[in-house]
Amino acid sequence: MGEVYLDHVATTPVLPEVLEAMLPYFKDAYGNVQSLHSWGDKAREAVEEARGKVADLIGGVAEEIIFTASGTESNNFAVKGLAMAHQARGKHIVVSAIEHFSVLHSAKTLEKWGFELSEVPVDKYGLVDPKDVARSLRKDTILVSIMHANSEVGTIEPIKEIARVVKQSGAIFHTDAVASAGSIPINVKGLGVDALSLAANQFYGPKGVGALWLKKGVRIIPFLDGGVQEEGRRAGTENVPAIAGLGKAAELAKAEMGARAKRFSALRDKLIAGLPSRIEHVLVTGHPTKRLPGNASFCVEFIEGEAMLMLLNSQGIAVSSGSACTSRALKASHVLIAMGIPHEIAQGSLLFSFGLDNTGEDVDYVLETMPPIVDRLRQMSPLYAKFLKDKSRGGK
Amino acid sequence: MPVYNEKVMEHFMNPRNVGEIENADGIGEVGNPVCGDMMSFYIKVDNNRISDVKYKTFGCGAAIAVSSMVSEMAKGKTLEEAKKITPALVAKELEGLPKNKYHCSNLGAQALNKAIDNYLKKQGKTAKSQKGGKK
Repeated sequence: MGEVYLDHVATTPVLPEVLEAMLPYFKDAYGNVQSLHSWGDKAREAVEEARGKVADLIGGVAEEIIFTASGTESNNFAVKGLAMAHQARGKHIVVSAIEHFSVLHSAKTLEKWGFELSEVPVDKYGLVDPKDVARSLRKDTILVSIMHANSEVGTIEPIKEIARVVKQSGAIFHTDAVASAGSIPINVKGLGVDALSLAANQFYGPKGVGALWLKKGVRIIPFLDGGVQEEGRRAGTENVPAIAGLGKAAELAKAEMGARAKRFSALRDKLIAGLPSRIEHVLVTGHPTKRLPGNASFCVEFIEGEAMLMLLNSQGIAVSSGSACTSRALKASHVLIAMGIPHEIAQGSLLFSFGLDNTGEDVDYVLETMPPIVDRLRQMSPLYAKFLKDKSRGGK
Repeated sequence: MPVYNEKVMEHFMNPRNVGEIENADGIGEVGNPVCGDMMSFYIKVDNNRISDVKYKTFGCGAAIAVSSMVSEMAKGKTLEEAKKITPALVAKELEGLPKNKYHCSNLGAQALNKAIDNYLKKQGKTAKSQKGGKK
């Protein structure tokens, strides 16, 4: 039995070089960044070096990087912190229908706090149309948050075009780049955004550390009050080892980005071509070309994602799914539903995400392992029986 | 720690009595694809006893394990006995289900109940006041 990890969207492993870069700050250089002695100096150096590397990854300036504890924190901070800081100008915010819950739920919280929320739809590929964003903008729109890429279906959004539209209105534009930062080239100036979130564990850094890039001069209300860490914008003792790891991961991602993307996209394309040719009634979700290099996402009709995931796991293959059963909330992926995929098909969602350890043989193993699993579950599926009988696809 | 216990996993990996019964004496269908689980139960009745039971299930690991367990519990029972199979009893026989799966996926008893009601109806008897479990 193989051991094939194809769930890099959940988290990547930490690269050995990254771990190496972290270790000194647990053991020898364990000082607090805020301390004025030499222990503090070492920690400060590490954090500032990492800040520069993260800024480099996205074409920003070091002082515009605020370290956080996750992509989720960065998104919460951006959406709530920016809305709160600019509410004197208006109380209308805009997000897309396929945002990560850390953006979507933050926006819903703002709604409870008296803000008004508009959700921009997506097309069947998960693409946001800049014209729809333009239509949603109002005089009192203060913040627009639309993701750079969607991790579930891999679709990359036209952020540059959207930014142009948003800029004309004078609203602030945040983009959640947790799924894309470190995987595809990002230049915050070129994109024209005002704020951008990223997370280390999406590109071979450790869990529990992320960053918010915030353009110089844009005001934000701090989320955590306390000390003067991060220029007073994010209090709390800096997680120096994790930040050092993020810095190293960012440096490596920038240096190796082209080579990684080339490898991942070859694996992705092999699976996207192979799976529907081996198994009937499989749809590829997401955009055919505007897509993250490591993302291959599907819906397998007539069966449910969690059952597939578990049977794949029994064969040593790790994947994720957007089915209702795999979510704690017991709802099918809001991303797939927003793309117009019917519930019963969205239940069959399966997401393979590639990483540095994966090879073409892994794809062969998946292509070999999947058909009997799908067959087995279809044999016990009432939906499949119904389809065979009268070619109907719906529920009951 | 795995999400499912060994017993649930064993039933999921080796589900018993999967299939349909041609000319079944009773059929019960529950669930809908929006919540993610659908089950169809088929029963054969001889002398007021469930002589055979089969099912088809669309759903997660828990839904499949529940269907398998219900089929085992029902086989050989009288209709009255089988009607006493509740979701709680099924969960107990499976030595527990994850909390968030308890309501959504634990539909097997309800589907069986519906199949029994369907049989009774066909026999011209009323299904009494049994409502077939919770919605």
